[in-house]
Amino acid sequence: MEYEPTIGLEVHAQLLTHSKIFCSCSTRFGAKPNSQVCPICLGMPGVLPVLNEKVLEYAVRAAAAANCKVSNRSRFARKNYFYPDLPKGYQISQYEEPLSTKGWLEIESNGSKKRIGITRIHIEEDAGKLIHENSKNLSYVDLNRAGVPLIEIVSEPEISTLDEAVSYMKKLRSILMYLGVCDGNMEEGSLRCDANISVRPKGDDELGTKSEIKNINSFKFIYKALEYEIKRHIMLLENGEKVIQETRLFDSNRNVTFSMRSKEEAQDYRYFPDPDLLPVLVEDEWIEMIEKSLPELPDERRDRFVKGYEIPAYDAGVLTASKEIADYFEDSLKYFNKPKVVSNWIMNEVLREIKSDEEITSFKVSPQNLSELLNLVEDGTISGKIAKDVFSEMVLSGKRANEIVSEKGIKQISDHSEIEEIVREVIERNPNEASRYMAGEQKLLGFFIGQVMKASKGKANPKLVNETLKKKLLER
Amino acid sequence: MDLPYLTISEASELLRKKEISPVDLTKALLDRIEEIDGELNSFITVLRDHSLKSAEEAEKQIISGTYKGPLHGIPMGIKDIFVMRNVKTTCGSKILENFIPPYDSTVVRKLTDSGATIVGKNNMDEFAMGSSTENSYFGPTRNPWDLERVPGGSSGGSATAVAASLCLASVGTDTGGSIRQPASFCGVVGLKPTYGRVSRFGMIAFASSLDQGGPITKTVEDAATMLNVIAGNDPRDSTSVDEPVPNYMKCLTDEIKGVRIGVPKEYFVKGIDSEIEKAVKTAIALINDLGGVVEEISLPHTEYAVSTYYIIAPSEASSNLARYDGVKYGFRVHGAKSLMDMYFNTRAEGFGDEVKRRIMLGTYALSAGYYDAYYLKAQRVRTLIKKDFEDAFEKVDVIMTPTSPEPPFKIGEKSDDPLKMYLSDIFTIPCNLGGLPGISIPCGFSSSGLPIGVQFLGKPFDEGSILRVAHAYEQHTNWRKKRPPI
Repeated sequence: MEYEPTIGLEVHAQLLTHSKIFCSCSTRFGAKPNSQVCPICLGMPGVLPVLNEKVLEYAVRAAAAANCKVSNRSRFARKNYFYPDLPKGYQISQYEEPLSTKGWLEIESNGSKKRIGITRIHIEEDAGKLIHENSKNLSYVDLNRAGVPLIEIVSEPEISTLDEAVSYMKKLRSILMYLGVCDGNMEEGSLRCDANISVRPKGDDELGTKSEIKNINSFKFIYKALEYEIKRHIMLLENGEKVIQETRLFDSNRNVTFSMRSKEEAQDYRYFPDPDLLPVLVEDEWIEMIEKSLPELPDERRDRFVKGYEIPAYDAGVLTASKEIADYFEDSLKYFNKPKVVSNWIMNEVLREIKSDEEITSFKVSPQNLSELLNLVEDGTISGKIAKDVFSEMVLSGKRANEIVSEKGIKQISDHSEIEEIVREVIERNPNEASRYMAGEQKLLGFFIGQVMKASKGKANPKLVNETLKKKLLER
Repeated sequence: MDLPYLTISEASELLRKKEISPVDLTKALLDRIEEIDGELNSFITVLRDHSLKSAEEAEKQIISGTYKGPLHGIPMGIKDIFVMRNVKTTCGSKILENFIPPYDSTVVRKLTDSGATIVGKNNMDEFAMGSSTENSYFGPTRNPWDLERVPGGSSGGSATAVAASLCLASVGTDTGGSIRQPASFCGVVGLKPTYGRVSRFGMIAFASSLDQGGPITKTVEDAATMLNVIAGNDPRDSTSVDEPVPNYMKCLTDEIKGVRIGVPKEYFVKGIDSEIEKAVKTAIALINDLGGVVEEISLPHTEYAVSTYYIIAPSEASSNLARYDGVKYGFRVHGAKSLMDMYFNTRAEGFGDEVKRRIMLGTYALSAGYYDAYYLKAQRVRTLIKKDFEDAFEKVDVIMTPTSPEPPFKIGEKSDDPLKMYLSDIFTIPCNLGGLPGISIPCGFSSSGLPIGVQFLGKPFDEGSILRVAHAYEQHTNWRKKRPPI
């Protein structure tokens, strides 16, 4: 039987505010444990939360970019459960009255566009972190992260393939980063996702029983976890067994998911409106102002690249997926205005050299230096092939293209008489091949080009070599 | 001169004129505490060194001509629910037995900024849950009028300390009557301001939507003086309201001609103590004689107030008290085998019975499947009760009722019957549900010499009117001049 999966994602994104959501502690990542805490985020007796206005602004920005309807009135609610990383014994979140609802994102699926619905985007606080020292049977609590602002973005169960799930996540990440509201760092946990998944026989109306996979923190793991989970569901169904509604975790070492708790063990969070915080009231004018101030988002930028720079949609998609890459591209164009050439170089060479898209902002080859290199190719100073070597050198040393070219004396030979002289010598040294070429063995041209390039130590202008060889061989 | 018996207004006049010394005044109170509080148990912590230092500083300032105002050099107590930097703050609970906070509550900060001297932290029912101060981990407080009886609660330590002249005033908190009922039981003045009038920052939460701090004093004038200092918007409390704070002293005009006074018929029902009924009715007659326009009104949903309160308050409490888990501060049972054991053992040993009872009640009321039937319904009834008051205040300016249906009861008398205990607050709870200001002042004594209180309720943020009426009544009676035998 053929099966189809139904996937919904709940994404948690840390907001890039300087201070926490309900107190003025810093949100900086990587500080000494419990060094960024105060009575408020430690949940000491008698303290009260006061909402950081920046959090609201960032969340509304995200909601607007995801085409959500922002509510004029939303409320904070307490989600009650006990865990040592949760200082108050409850998490301040939003429940019955979220900040925004009913949005969508557009992704590419099999070459066509598909909209994935967004159920809601709401604001909440992050919890702290536990560090376990198993050898000593000890656990430590670090509450630096407690109270860092988050938004939770809940999708509709409208994702139907693994690739769609990854595309959705990538698109969401890209938008949040374009907005400047999240740094998108999945490794550090700034962006993480829970996946709800069910499988049903193809064509069935009713959805299968779902399981939830918690805390997935990379695109690869989303793919792997869901892939495993779909197979697991199908196997159960094929064997006539039931899928149990439960929460599972992904083991990225073994690429499997395992059960964390079943529905029966599911917690009752006893949500109720937080009496310490007033309802959040936002006016239409303010929402409109934020909507108007949104920066150009990835889709718009891609379309503009296709139209304005006449590059293929695929290239435009790759370049605009990250704001930093797209900026790099456009900065390079300021000094070298051949979009397709620049695009090829970025996609083939530059992207190979960086580990993450964000690294490009500190990449040794600046847009200006890349353009300088491309200008050298353009005016014939060096060949395209040499240019790649020069580029590698630039990446290593951070030197400018001109510097490397003059230092190494690898300037291309474009002087006609000089090339003619080399060509003449090569033909003289290889009379047999020359005769065979004359007799019609055209492919021997390649042999001659190789010999000339070798003789010139690769510096001869290939175009000129080609022209000169043909002419001289004919002359003979 | 008998320093401990001074009111704030008397003492501040003498202090300002440099006729008495803040150090002498504080010493006199500390001596009296040492002498008789062993019996009363109205303080959990006495801050001898701290208060003497503070009094010395006040003395220096006053002598050098920096007089900060009517609380400068005034020794007072504060309920041990208010967090005070570097001072043990227990909330009457074992779970916070050794908790020393690194921060001040806004109320403490405002009092110390105004030059007041805090002599100690007053005893209270654990986490302010109770009507008798019997639920304190540090032992019950006794009523200074009769040591066999309770002082009311939960601010029983504050009311006792003021009544017994162990401090000139105290600050309590009132979630369902915890300032007014003990004030009534101890024959002193207790003012619960409008919800949002006084900052809750650093006031340990019991039920966040009902809790409000306010003064317990010997006179209405002193209550006004205290409120002038502690009221006001606080950026650290989102629920504190940005309403201008009038000078409450100016409301004490002694003139109530034409003030419309509503007496709700629902507050004079079967079960109310006959001596209390008589005392309050006599008080109503006096108000009438003084020119108040008294009329009967109806607050039809009054009978649902106690049930509503006992859903909302425990629900919020169950969540507010979740932070006492043994992980970060306070009491922890050691040697647990697992995290769950640590939680269970710590909370089982750290909390008293009444607190556990309310945590269970609240947890139940908020549970999936019960939330709508209990919590949501209670919120709807709360809206109706509020509406009752809104309607009533269309017709009258101030509402006048008994504070408590009965005089102080014996220690242990109701300990085994929580429901009976809960009814002690039947006349004070509706005011909290409505978020209104209320004040209790003495209006007589029972035949066995126990104090009786009368309560005035006002419109939100109209503390001025209830202070005015209470003050006029007080000035035409002598109840405040009687001292407990101790």
